[in-house]
Amino acid sequence: MKTLADLKKIREKAQEEMKLRGGNTRIKIVVGMGTSGIAMGAREVMKTFLEEIANRNLTDVLVTQTGEKGLSSMEPVVDVIEEGKPKVTYGNMTPDKVKKVVVEHVVNGRTVSDYVVATGN
Amino acid sequence: MTLEICQKYAPTKDNLIQILHDVQDTHPQHYIPSEAVDVIAEYLNVPANHIYGVLTFYTMYSTTPRGKNIIRLCESPPCYIKGSENMLRKLKVILGVQTGETTKDGMFTLELCACLGVCGNAPVMMINEDVYGDLTEEKLEEIIDKIRGMK
Amino acid sequence: MSLKRIDLLICCGSGCISAGSLKIKERFHEVLQEKNLANEINIIETGCMGPCDYGPVMVVYPEGTFYKAVSPEDVEEIVNEHFIKGRPVARLMLQDDEDRTFSTKKEVPFYQKQVKVALANCGYIDPESMDEYIATGGYEALGTVLTTMNQQETIDLVKRSGLRGRGGGGFPTHIKWQMVHDNASDEKYVICNGDEGDPGAFMDRSLLEGDPHRILEGMMIAAYAIGANAGFLYIRAEYPLAIKRIKLAITQAKEAGLMGDNIFGTKFCFDAEVRTGAGAFVCGEETALIHSIEGSRGNPTPKPPYPSSQGLWGKPTIVNNVETFGNVPTIYLKGAEWFASMGTETSKGTKVFALTGDIKNTGLVEVPMGITLRELIFDVGGGMTGGHKFKAVQLGGPSGGCLTAEHLDVPVDYESLKERGAMMGSGGVIVMNDKNCMVNIAKYFMDFCVDESCGKCSPCRIGLKQMLDILERITSGHGKDGDIEELQRLGEAVSKLSLCGLGQSAPNPVLSTIRYFREEYEAHIRDKSCATKVCLDLMHFDIDKEHCIGCSLCARKCPVTCITGNREEKYTIHQLDCVKCGNCQDVCPVKAVSRIPGMHMEVAAKREADNKLTNHYDD
Repeated sequence: MKTLADLKKIREKAQEEMKLRGGNTRIKIVVGMGTSGIAMGAREVMKTFLEEIANRNLTDVLVTQTGEKGLSSMEPVVDVIEEGKPKVTYGNMTPDKVKKVVVEHVVNGRTVSDYVVATGN
Repeated sequence: MTLEICQKYAPTKDNLIQILHDVQDTHPQHYIPSEAVDVIAEYLNVPANHIYGVLTFYTMYSTTPRGKNIIRLCESPPCYIKGSENMLRKLKVILGVQTGETTKDGMFTLELCACLGVCGNAPVMMINEDVYGDLTEEKLEEIIDKIRGMK
Repeated sequence: MSLKRIDLLICCGSGCISAGSLKIKERFHEVLQEKNLANEINIIETGCMGPCDYGPVMVVYPEGTFYKAVSPEDVEEIVNEHFIKGRPVARLMLQDDEDRTFSTKKEVPFYQKQVKVALANCGYIDPESMDEYIATGGYEALGTVLTTMNQQETIDLVKRSGLRGRGGGGFPTHIKWQMVHDNASDEKYVICNGDEGDPGAFMDRSLLEGDPHRILEGMMIAAYAIGANAGFLYIRAEYPLAIKRIKLAITQAKEAGLMGDNIFGTKFCFDAEVRTGAGAFVCGEETALIHSIEGSRGNPTPKPPYPSSQGLWGKPTIVNNVETFGNVPTIYLKGAEWFASMGTETSKGTKVFALTGDIKNTGLVEVPMGITLRELIFDVGGGMTGGHKFKAVQLGGPSGGCLTAEHLDVPVDYESLKERGAMMGSGGVIVMNDKNCMVNIAKYFMDFCVDESCGKCSPCRIGLKQMLDILERITSGHGKDGDIEELQRLGEAVSKLSLCGLGQSAPNPVLSTIRYFREEYEAHIRDKSCATKVCLDLMHFDIDKEHCIGCSLCARKCPVTCITGNREEKYTIHQLDCVKCGNCQDVCPVKAVSRIPGMHMEVAAKREADNKLTNHYDD
């Protein structure tokens, strides 16, 4: 390392690794991981999100989980939260649907209305 | 043995304290025998009396044989406020020794020491390099039993 | 690209390690492996998070959930409930007396008045990862200084910030730097003083353990400013973890080219080495420390010459405390004016305090200078434990002094404390409740200083021992008229005549307790009574015949069989034989045994009769 520019490169990479601790995230994906969610395959859904996001090198997306959301009949349920926009809730998710949501919603900013079960708070 | 340790360091006087630490830590009885002092004196080219001066100045060095495990109970005020005196009494009972003594089986030497800097978890003690905090009489028994069991 | 979705930060400062955090970390690894989650969850060992009393503590990001007092048995539940199902485990969260639950670190009251500068990364980054330090802006200050500022500008910036030494004396940092800068020499040295020994202070340990690169960066900026190419970190041998982490940091910095030759492509070269102590409190004194690094006994030498002209191996040397260096990088990153905007007129910035004793939130806190003792103890520290009353606070360890409830609104800065007989010292805050005997506490501090006196100069070697003898006499019931005055006379003489800071400040705890708790000394001497029932010779045990049920348990448990009686006549303690072990009080099922202040009449009469005892006091 010889210059401040070199340092900056390392810093940016390291900040990316630490984004879970409060970096700049554009989109937060919250997977409902209550007992019923897990029973309906929420873990697979979560895993697919993580993989898809990693594959696409999306550095500003955070995947996290939450408990039962009360929408048992529509599990697995996923919230996509974007700064300054109403929350979008997708239901009956599967790994294939996840892939579509990542491409359409997360990357291109277009809600996949077929899967939406609720919007807003 | 001592010479091998010395040779890890440059033969300058400022390495004396590190060499003494190494010699003591690697000795099965955790002390610095007089033969070792002679070797170090020759290696560093300093008089043996300088080494004894240093040895006796710092409390962590011992010139007499000690146990396999060195228990150092903090006796500084923050630990005292939180009951270190009771811990000392209990340790003496468990080990059957007074402060500064070594158990008959050579497993433990009981020492007191100044602040270990873990005052947030007072009372504390250090056994070799491990710090044990929030001590209670029950915990002391557990800790000592566990080390005895490991042999 | 990682699949990580959770950063689990486990506090692995020495405090939490002593409470078992390493076992918990291992357990997490096991459980995550079993459940096939290891690739989704990052386990990060951090330095001290501060609230040692809650240890072992951990924070789960991205939510920032704060868990306290976690045990290995809790791990499975955290993984199952929180990590898998997203339901944080409420029972492991902090709750206050009013049953409020604080789920995230941000909400925990302990952190709310704190402003973290030196401690900014402690408990937030992995101290063994240089990249994480860099992610928080690490080494940018060094790069900027080296490539855009000359030496004088570097010193001037510290001057404008108003930074003063955090190790005790509060000497302005820029003056030390300027003096060494101005002393032309072929070699100069930077020494980081990590020989933290004040009982009740552990911020240097936490900083070295929790954010070692910050200290190295601070040292290198100082080295550049004064024109030094070599530095030493002197760390006490009682801190093995700190030694290990700082050595690792040096290796990493060298590998990355952040230490060594031509740093940031400039002409500046720097090398650092770690030297350890071997158990001598006096080595925190700068001249003693220098002798210790040179491989000699850690005896202080008279000043002048100051280390700034003749220090290590006779060369100009600066000796700065760990926390002082910890502030340096941030001052250069955020600017001198930013730093100077915090604090008071003469004391700028923030200060790290170690809260210990009878206080709820023991641990490490960083607050702006000028905060009142009340805010520090009651807001940040959470007040007293067990509903006891605040009695006194000892600031500055064995060199400092005691302050009382009337001083709770005193702002904490160098001058305000000094005026009242205490001192900032290294920032140890030992809080005491009304169960503490101040004479006994003063004796304890004196005992510490007698043990740690190097013995070189006679005022300290002999004077302190005399003071300790008098204190032991007083607490064992042999105090006499004039003892208080004698303590004061000796204390002032030792302060004035001692060679180094240890002796000069050692009488402070005694002098300040006499100043604020004179009546306690008088009661010990005149009435032979210790109101707090701490001094065993000045209290006795007694059995209340009204309540005694004659069960004989106390008599059976008494190690010296000094309790006799029967079911009808109840039991009596024979005071002359009692060794005050307290067993009778512990075992009494109806709490009929109590501690009574004051020497028992029989004992007092016997002592008077037995003049052989007059010269005898307990060792």
